[in-house]
Amino acid sequence: MQFNPKQNYIQTRKNIGYVPRLEASQKDYDRIGFMSGLEVHQQLLTKEKLFCHCPAGIYHKSDDYDAELIRHMRPTLSELGEYDGTALMEFRTRKEIIYRIKNENACTYEVDDTPPFPINREALEIALEISLLSKLNVVGEVHITRKQYLDGSIPTGFQRTAILGVEGELELPKKKVRLIQLSIEEDSCREISDIGHTRTYKTDRLGMPLIETVTYPDFVNPEEVMEGCDYIRFLNRSTGKVRTGMGAGRQDVNVSCRGGSRVEIKGVAHSKWIPELTHNEAFRQWALLHIKDQLLKSISEPKNWKIHSMELSELKDVNAEKIYAVNLPGFHGLLSHFTQPGKSFADEIGDRLSVIACLEQPFMMHSEMLEPVLGEEEWESIRISLDAAKEDAQIIFWANEEDVKTALETIEERCQMAFEGVPNETRKSFVDGTTIFERVLPGADRMYPDTDSAPIPLEDEYITRLAENLPVDVIENHKQLLDWGVSSETFTYIFSKNLFPIIEKTINTLKLDPKYIGMFFGLRLKFAEGQYKKGLEFNYNMVYALFAWLVKSDIDIKLAEKMLPELIQHPKMDFASILETIGFKKIDRESILSKIPILMNKFAEGKTEVNPIHQKNWVMGQLRNTALGNINLTELSKTI
Amino acid sequence: MDSDIFQGYKGDALEVLKKYQVRVWGTTKVETTRGTFEGTVLPRAENDDDKHIVVKIITGYNIGIDIRTITTMEETGYKKANYKIPEKQFPFTPGLPSVKLFGTGGTIASRLDYRTGAVIPAFSPGELYGAVPELADICNLDTEKVFAVFSENMGPKQYMALAKAIGKEIENGIDGIVIGHGTDTLHHTGAALTFMCQNLPVPVVLVGSQRSSDRPSSDAALNLMHAMKAAGTSDIAEVMVCMFGPTSDEYGLLHKGTRVRKMHSSYRSTFRTIGDTPLARISRKEINPIKQHYNKRRNDKEVKILPYFSDKVTMLYYYPGMAADTLDALVEKGYKGIIFVGTGLGHVNKELYPAIERAQAKGVHMYMTLQTLWGYVHMFVYDTGRDMMAKGIIPAGNMLPEVAWVKLSWILGQTEDPEKVKEMMLTPVNDEITLREPYNGYLVYQGGVPEVEDFIKDVHK
Ligand SMILES: [Zn+2]
Repeated sequence: MQFNPKQNYIQTRKNIGYVPRLEASQKDYDRIGFMSGLEVHQQLLTKEKLFCHCPAGIYHKSDDYDAELIRHMRPTLSELGEYDGTALMEFRTRKEIIYRIKNENACTYEVDDTPPFPINREALEIALEISLLSKLNVVGEVHITRKQYLDGSIPTGFQRTAILGVEGELELPKKKVRLIQLSIEEDSCREISDIGHTRTYKTDRLGMPLIETVTYPDFVNPEEVMEGCDYIRFLNRSTGKVRTGMGAGRQDVNVSCRGGSRVEIKGVAHSKWIPELTHNEAFRQWALLHIKDQLLKSISEPKNWKIHSMELSELKDVNAEKIYAVNLPGFHGLLSHFTQPGKSFADEIGDRLSVIACLEQPFMMHSEMLEPVLGEEEWESIRISLDAAKEDAQIIFWANEEDVKTALETIEERCQMAFEGVPNETRKSFVDGTTIFERVLPGADRMYPDTDSAPIPLEDEYITRLAENLPVDVIENHKQLLDWGVSSETFTYIFSKNLFPIIEKTINTLKLDPKYIGMFFGLRLKFAEGQYKKGLEFNYNMVYALFAWLVKSDIDIKLAEKMLPELIQHPKMDFASILETIGFKKIDRESILSKIPILMNKFAEGKTEVNPIHQKNWVMGQLRNTALGNINLTELSKTI
Repeated sequence: MDSDIFQGYKGDALEVLKKYQVRVWGTTKVETTRGTFEGTVLPRAENDDDKHIVVKIITGYNIGIDIRTITTMEETGYKKANYKIPEKQFPFTPGLPSVKLFGTGGTIASRLDYRTGAVIPAFSPGELYGAVPELADICNLDTEKVFAVFSENMGPKQYMALAKAIGKEIENGIDGIVIGHGTDTLHHTGAALTFMCQNLPVPVVLVGSQRSSDRPSSDAALNLMHAMKAAGTSDIAEVMVCMFGPTSDEYGLLHKGTRVRKMHSSYRSTFRTIGDTPLARISRKEINPIKQHYNKRRNDKEVKILPYFSDKVTMLYYYPGMAADTLDALVEKGYKGIIFVGTGLGHVNKELYPAIERAQAKGVHMYMTLQTLWGYVHMFVYDTGRDMMAKGIIPAGNMLPEVAWVKLSWILGQTEDPEKVKEMMLTPVNDEITLREPYNGYLVYQGGVPEVEDFIKDVHK
């Protein structure tokens, strides 16, 4: 029977025991040895950047810039006299890096033409508060370290970063997660494009203060990773001194399966994407281990494994690129082997070709494509030219002449890695929950002391003072809300918007019903925020002010429900005017109550039989709008 | 032995390490009132305080531990790091020019020294090849460490030693010479070597880096490639400074040693030719001359090495209200030559006149240069200028102040005859005074002006 790549893909997916996430249980994750840890990045809310005096948080569009400059990154030796793996990979890509600069938010520091200014103390202090909240052991002296990044995301080629604390702990509702460390660092550039050998960045975000909280790989299923991420975020936000909004918080997620390797999924913007990403990554590794087993069964000497390639000169590419055919001995049935939903092992090779050899899409075909482009006869003739055996697989790629060597090396390298199992790498995530190769995972070899910065001592007295003024632990607030009877479904919203302090103030200062207030913020505010266009000046403290005003004006606080939409849309309007807008008039309770007998009679008029419940409901209905805010509705109902 | 085992530690911190018997490079577990820390003890920079111990933790970061918080610590292992730049044999390629690299301790290629936090230069051809393999495509390289001082410590002794070393290499038939140099005084050395090595048959190229090569975005590698190319293949047989043109990694400029100046404390494109255009533009692919006239490469070895230097020359940077005794003090201390750096067209105020007269009476050689850097000294325009000339101050044309200092020092190392000195000062060796300033010799663009902003946006900075 003829080999069918699609059937093979489905069969291999079944062989490794892949289950869709929503059908997966802890048992499935235990079976593959799911393990995950987090690196949560959070921008701090400061006026200026971390090592210069440029304003932080001012962004611009990609085509709005004042100047451009070019850098090339070269690997440098580590302190131990070795080159880092990532460094060498980046060097092989021969990228020209272009930086776009806007005067408003970048100076000569950002582009590495001026040494760093002393560290931003405002940022350092916020980061220290968060370190203390995270129960980390705070260092005695901060040492600025250079962490190399050769992708160009930082013009110096390294990020200035420093450890503030090690060995902390985070309490989640159901478990404790250990923290490895927390560092303060400068944020990187935002990528505009990466085409062929040119990568372009803008420098607006570059240099903004950021912290990174790193956990141990203590999470054992995808949901738990998301929960952990949310809690680290809540903790950061509980200080009220961190940035919010798109890109202000991002995380890298480390995942492995039993026998696999640490793979880092970079820059996940939303925690809600984490479950699908980690699930798929663990199974991708599981699939790669399966491929490894297959290979080791059929190929006796992996060390001697080599590709064989030839130029297909009879085929002419429109862009005058070279076309090569490559034979992969013993890889039959593996190129179409399942790795991720919709992806197979051939994508592992293709992704690397795109990144390392800078080939431009489309650049590759292979003998096991799920949607074949070439016919079987054409592959047969390629096989004959390559002198390929039945158990081999073939790739065709096209590339500029100068990229061919790197491309061939990359194909061979990735296939050789298949014998080892799972390569250490960083991967880029997609919304559909799949990932692609981004870089080789850097090691600890890329850290250097920053000779431009002096160490910063952290005296006991200073740390003690900071520790005395910390916000309450998120987990304590969590328990308090439960005590008040606030439903836990509202917690994500409440903590992500750091509403707890306002809720607490509203309850304690105004002596209002905790459950009502908690649910008001957690449900009504969330709904109104989603429903109405928010005025620029709106902030959550205005909701407290609204309640305070209602209490002071002796108006039923339930009227806040009707006022909230107006307040959100027109935050500048004073509360009295809002009342008018919603048609509220202050009427004393006596005159409302005095209307009851008249209405009772009106309902009964002409009726032979009066149902008292109908009568009551009708009267309530008539009085509701007038009564709201003037008299407690329960009380009114009782009186009727 | 302490210094080896406890590198850089002193005072209280040293006592703590001794007390718990933990060595530098020892792995340690430290209990403190702030919790437990684990890692490898690193050497401490000598100028840092004695209250902290530096530890590299497992994630590769360094932290400091306050010794006052330590309750106990122990050494759990020992692993000394061995810093070494991989050395590879620099390949010999027949047909490529042979270039000699003199090292002077600059930051051309380097690694970090943990103890001082300083940068240690990589230097042997093998080390350089390990760091910048592209050099092997440009030339056959030989290196010699003439001395190891940082650029700010370069001085008369080093200039003379370099001049002699250059003479010797030319005698040996070298195709070009590169001098690796710290950038701070690169232009002083450029001027000194121009005066000391005259009638050069081959290029002598001074090169440095504004970002040491322990940084991925260092300008060192590209500068080195440009310098080797200029030394090996250019036909400009002059003393030149080769550094970045723009701050971008695009091309370098070759500047005349007598007209170049470091103009920014930290920019990569800090070196500019003042009052003229650079000699040429250089990229990895080609050398494009900018100036039409220059001294051409020759096959002979007829170089004149004139290694002279007097240490009795000083500079006086004038400011309004400068008192006469500042000048008197210099003369009393025995200075025989003084370069004035005057305001505007070359001025100092009348308060100084009596002191100038006293200096003239003592036979001090006095020359006027400019704080404006661009333009010519012109002392005929105002009476004060004419007064000063009458009192013995000689205008030095458009010679840069540092160059005038170097040149007068070089001359006074040979003669003190006022007429001879004056003749030598005002007769340019290599354009330290030019007869004319081209319209594009003065270019300081003003940021914010719309057409300048357009230019900046279009052209890579
Ligand atoms: Zn800045």
